[in-house]
Amino acid sequence: MTQYTDQGKKDTRSGYGAGMTELGRTNPNVVALCADLVGSLKIQDFIDENPERFFQVGIAEANMMGIAAGLTIGGKIPFTGTFANFSTGRVYDQIRQSIAYSDKNVKICASHAGITLGEDGATHQILEDIGLMKMLPGMTVINPCDYNQTKAATLAIAEHHGPVYLRFGRPKVANFTPVDQTFEIGKALLLSPGTDVTIIATGHLVWESLLAAEELENQGISCEVINIHTIKPLDEKAILDSVKKTGCVVTAEEHNYLGGLGESVARTLAQHLPAPQEFVATQDTFGESGTPAQLMEKYGLNNKAVAAAVLKVLKRK
Amino acid sequence: MANTQRLEKLVTQVRRDILRMVHKVNSGHPGGSLGCTEFFVALYNEVMELKDGFDMDGKDEDLFFLSNGHISPVFYSVLARRGYFPVEELNTFRLIDSRLQGHPTTHEGLPGVRIASGSLGQGMSVAIGAALAKKLNKENKLVYSLHGDGELQEGQNWEAIMYAAGNKVDNLIATIDRNGQQIDGSTEDVLPLGDIAEKFKVFGWDVLEIADGNDLEQVVAGLKEAKSRTGKGKPVCVVMTTVMGNGVDFMMHTHAWHGKAPNDGQLATALEQNPETLGDY
Repeated sequence: MTQYTDQGKKDTRSGYGAGMTELGRTNPNVVALCADLVGSLKIQDFIDENPERFFQVGIAEANMMGIAAGLTIGGKIPFTGTFANFSTGRVYDQIRQSIAYSDKNVKICASHAGITLGEDGATHQILEDIGLMKMLPGMTVINPCDYNQTKAATLAIAEHHGPVYLRFGRPKVANFTPVDQTFEIGKALLLSPGTDVTIIATGHLVWESLLAAEELENQGISCEVINIHTIKPLDEKAILDSVKKTGCVVTAEEHNYLGGLGESVARTLAQHLPAPQEFVATQDTFGESGTPAQLMEKYGLNNKAVAAAVLKVLKRK
Repeated sequence: MANTQRLEKLVTQVRRDILRMVHKVNSGHPGGSLGCTEFFVALYNEVMELKDGFDMDGKDEDLFFLSNGHISPVFYSVLARRGYFPVEELNTFRLIDSRLQGHPTTHEGLPGVRIASGSLGQGMSVAIGAALAKKLNKENKLVYSLHGDGELQEGQNWEAIMYAAGNKVDNLIATIDRNGQQIDGSTEDVLPLGDIAEKFKVFGWDVLEIADGNDLEQVVAGLKEAKSRTGKGKPVCVVMTTVMGNGVDFMMHTHAWHGKAPNDGQLATALEQNPETLGDY
């Protein structure tokens, strides 16, 4: 299989911060908003370099979404920043009416997504956000896998006209995709070709899936690994092309199995190419406090869980 | 005021439009629409600095945001009669395939509308954002917004009220339609709003009041006064007392017509009280 090297562990939110710094220098229409979480979103450099283009809204996320919608009228490209929980569930109706239904060019950028937020526990660990956001007509939903890809995605969404939900995380994880990659919204990336099973992963689970594929290769199982960074619009062709070849699929995501990437893949397959599928995802549960690694283990979201799902799906072929 | 006569005619015609629109589809919100007719007519024909035509960005012109989107009939009528779209299109209000949705939206591309509204409490935040964009663009233009008084029960307003004062958004004029009514009864019975002007003041806004928001001259004078107070470091709030259902005697002073259309007989009576002035659509 294709080999990938961890260039050094980094948090995806810092990729967002680096992307914002670059956008601050290259795109005068980009403005940033934050609801009292500047440090967590890593946007201090953007603020230092562009103080007039930064809006600190305080702990008032609903107002932040509305202000962002208003800023687009006049040609600005607002990037809102807070935790994923407060970027979605807390402000769903504001996003729905003032941004999505109003066709506003707002980029909803959400850090600390998923269970790897860790010790703060379930009040802050949203595992429903992908579902919430992909249900909104016209919303693009992106969940990049590492620092480099998050930076590239941040740059790419500024060029895309329309509302976007960009989801990233808190912990330092492997950084293995190319520096300065081009990011094509809606385009799946074939990370490693294989013949026995297709593993379709998003976010932090992409690296875990590569680790699983490597382990399975030692057992003589050939895995095709696909990185779906854009959950909506979904690259259905890439999924169908792969599953035509392998005949079964494992989806892997740091999200509830209801409403996530897995369901989008299952819908695609059900319509075009029914095939056995296993879901590496949380099983309709809230999270809890713990270290990211402990939580990934307990909730079945690591490379061991992916490998087990592959063995299970292969028996159903 | 020579112009007042022209505007008074428009007010009467807009009332007729509102009544005929909601009657035709037996739905919609005539009460609040009638109460704000003078405000809309004054704003769009005497107060705001507007370019010809419509583009979403609205650079180099004043902007208006309707937060209490259910009073769409008055908004649509005034937009049409200001030339944003053909008045005949008022015939399509709330019908399938219409650009005149029950609540205003940008989704169908209706000129004059820059945000969807209807789910209450969101318009002030949007207006603040648009005002901030004008400041970034170094435009010396204003942003106006209208909010129902009952709508202030939504918490997002108070986030926005705090933000606008704290950040000196002084190119914003937010008007509160103080008709004292909401769907379930009087605002003071449902959830007391108390002294709205005082609340805005303690949040740091410059506040003025229009004692009779159904007196056209008072509305024009009040909005012009509000305009003169912009650019001085504070957002401006206009607390405008109106009568829900104004101009139709049996609809006034009650919340009964908040979201109810007149039947054929009631329409005839209401139209008799508001004779055609500028031509029905």
